[in-house]
Amino acid sequence: MHETMVAQSIFESIQELADEHNARAIEATVSCGQFNPINDDVLNFAFDLIAKGTPCDGMKLNIKHIPLAANCKQCGVKFDYDVYKPGCPECNSMEFDFNEDAPLLLEDIELEPMK
Amino acid sequence: MKISLNKKILDKNDECAIQNNEFFADNDVLCLNVISSPGSGKTTTLSRTILDLAGEVKIAVIEGDIRTDTDAQKIRATGASAVQIETKGSCHLSAQQVTGALTAIPAAEMDVIFIENVGNLVCPSDFALGEKLRVVVLSVPEGDDKPIKYPGTFAKADVILINKIDLIDYIDFSLERVIADIRVVNDKAKIFQLSATTGEGMENWYNWLRAEIQKS
Repeated sequence: MHETMVAQSIFESIQELADEHNARAIEATVSCGQFNPINDDVLNFAFDLIAKGTPCDGMKLNIKHIPLAANCKQCGVKFDYDVYKPGCPECNSMEFDFNEDAPLLLEDIELEPMK
Repeated sequence: MKISLNKKILDKNDECAIQNNEFFADNDVLCLNVISSPGSGKTTTLSRTILDLAGEVKIAVIEGDIRTDTDAQKIRATGASAVQIETKGSCHLSAQQVTGALTAIPAAEMDVIFIENVGNLVCPSDFALGEKLRVVVLSVPEGDDKPIKYPGTFAKADVILINKIDLIDYIDFSLERVIADIRVVNDKAKIFQLSATTGEGMENWYNWLRAEIQKS
């Protein structure tokens, strides 16, 4: 349940940019990895509450879950690791190497000039 | 107008964690962030460690809990200094809270500062506090499915203490399964089996701690 802090952090970054450009925020994209996952519903709920009455009010939040590439040490197959179904999809081995997990990122935001 | 940012979320926490980390390095003190479920025996493990290493290793503790200073009192009863952070509802410690607590600890006189995080296997793992290493405690009565259910926390551990090992004959708990599940997400962490109550296995943990103090 750290989504409220994530929402607050996103909000502050967007608010700052919106003020700087005298604009309001229309849309923003955030991404997360497999070991720092975000619950989309909770983040949206928290963000909507924080954004009420600000230039971010009504902003659309896109949340991307970046797959984590893994390499099976047994059979060598490359696959996307699933936290809830660990194991190589080919040989069921539990031994694999991971690529680096994606960080929590605010990728981009879309602004619209204030009317 | 679309603006590309690729900015790290929680960067305020991370910046503050970097400052804490520099503070620990400047004061030549090893900081360990201790994460686990509520009731795994974090405080008992730390209390026993302080008592067993008394006269050899100088230890202070920052305690994080939602409410009460019960844990800080238990640590102070050992003679060590402890600061309690009451998060008043927040489910994890933040780097800023640790910065505040550090003003109440004579850090330069210490060899080790433990930060005992709020009991929770989910959120604390996403917030760096400035620690050099992470300790995750898993106790036998919690069940052997914890590493597979909370992979994020176990993936980021440097040391994993399997506590209450004295109860293993009374509980349906497969050590093999736990270790195999940990190894799926973390092939580097040291794993020690111990009991902070009986003292079994504690020496291995102390030896690891001694070696890390030498390195820091």
